[in-house]
Amino acid sequence: MRIDQHPILEFDRGEKVSFFYNGQEIEGYTEETIAAALHAAGVRTLGHSPELHRPRGLFCAIGNCSSCFMTVDGQPNVRVCVTKVKAGMHVEEQEGKGVIRND
Amino acid sequence: MIREAEILVIGGGPAGLCAAAAAASLGARVLVCERDYVPGGQLVKQTHKFFGSEKQYAGDRGIHIGRLLVENALADPNIEILTEATVLGIYEDGIVTVLHDNRHIKIRPQKTIVTTGASEKFLAFPGNDLPGIYGAGAVQTLMNVAGVRPAERVLMVGAGNIGLIVSYQLMQAGVEVAGVIEAAPKIGGYLVHASKIRRAGVPIRTGYTVKEAHGNGKLEGVTICKLDDNWQQIPGTEEEIACDTLCLAVGLTPLTELCWQAGCEMAFIRELSGHVPLVDENLETTVSGIYAAGDVSGIEEASSAMVEGRLAGFAAAESLGYEAERARELKAAAAAELSELRSGPAGARILAGLTKASGLLASKKGGQAVC
Repeated sequence: MRIDQHPILEFDRGEKVSFFYNGQEIEGYTEETIAAALHAAGVRTLGHSPELHRPRGLFCAIGNCSSCFMTVDGQPNVRVCVTKVKAGMHVEEQEGKGVIRND
Repeated sequence: MIREAEILVIGGGPAGLCAAAAAASLGARVLVCERDYVPGGQLVKQTHKFFGSEKQYAGDRGIHIGRLLVENALADPNIEILTEATVLGIYEDGIVTVLHDNRHIKIRPQKTIVTTGASEKFLAFPGNDLPGIYGAGAVQTLMNVAGVRPAERVLMVGAGNIGLIVSYQLMQAGVEVAGVIEAAPKIGGYLVHASKIRRAGVPIRTGYTVKEAHGNGKLEGVTICKLDDNWQQIPGTEEEIACDTLCLAVGLTPLTELCWQAGCEMAFIRELSGHVPLVDENLETTVSGIYAAGDVSGIEEASSAMVEGRLAGFAAAESLGYEAERARELKAAAAAELSELRSGPAGARILAGLTKASGLLASKKGGQAVC
């Protein structure tokens, strides 16, 4: 859920666009990170761990910890906490280390 | 193609931006590499007002200080900021490699100032990897930068200043705070922050820790328990707290990978919160031409990070031959400001750590075998 009224802050979220999360269309804003947009849509699981396949979510949100790796437009290991939303992009939960596609 | 730079600053937070501004004010040309898509470091999420003196913008909110530092840097013709630029390595031949715009670029700086800051510490307990368990900084980023409500009901771990401030900010964002737990027997942060959240009805429980977190695919609740005088969990004191978010505010540790990789002499100094590069009075590491300032060389407040940044910026410019006399005066003024900032009770710990570090540096320079 997005915050509409805040005692100190105003949010400039940019333009409203739609993108795809696991093939499902959801909305986000161009000045938002993918992680923030997913969070606002109630999505907290971003991937699964390589060995035990445990769900992985956001931890640091500043591009440091690698917990938020997702596959974005076919590219694995994208830090979605520091990557902005773009209209029409495909964001997918990543299983383990991810695979680079050569196409 | 290799890009030349007079001074490269790694990290565009409070220390880095102040280092860049200081060096640029003496005439040096500075390139700042920032890994995020926006410079300002962690100031961009800090809605609370700062303490300190006027020179460190006391009384102003972190977000405003950050904005001011960024605007000044962007307006300075001697400073260029590359965002979404992650520095990957610093090599023996002086080349620094950077991932920028999905490209691997090379920079050859004459001087480098490392201002990479810190990362959040983690806690070991069963279930600590469930989605819904965040560092305090992540929660701040979600609510104060993105404007997304990070939780419905949160349990805060850590009653230092970050834990207390972020608890208050969560309430401002409309989140229910179930409580703050703290392993130590007393509250670590300023009482002014603690009182604010207590007045709002949030309990702060000292001597408690997280025993385990549980939930099916995401966090649903946390078991807390009491600790004895030796920090051991006391069986039978377990309590269940229902929450969808657990926020860890258990301290920071210096982000020193680049210092290690560059071959800087490092030491573990508890008072500085981890391994730090040993630096001299100019904040130059043991690798000639590489300086370190801010949290990377010891966890402190943003105010001291800004002053350390300035000191390193002046020193780096001076070493390139810019305005030697003026640089010396400015460095002395910055050093005096740091002493003043560290003169309070919180500063005693930092000073003890810095004394240890300079002792270690002196013994290395004295050529004593340390092995």
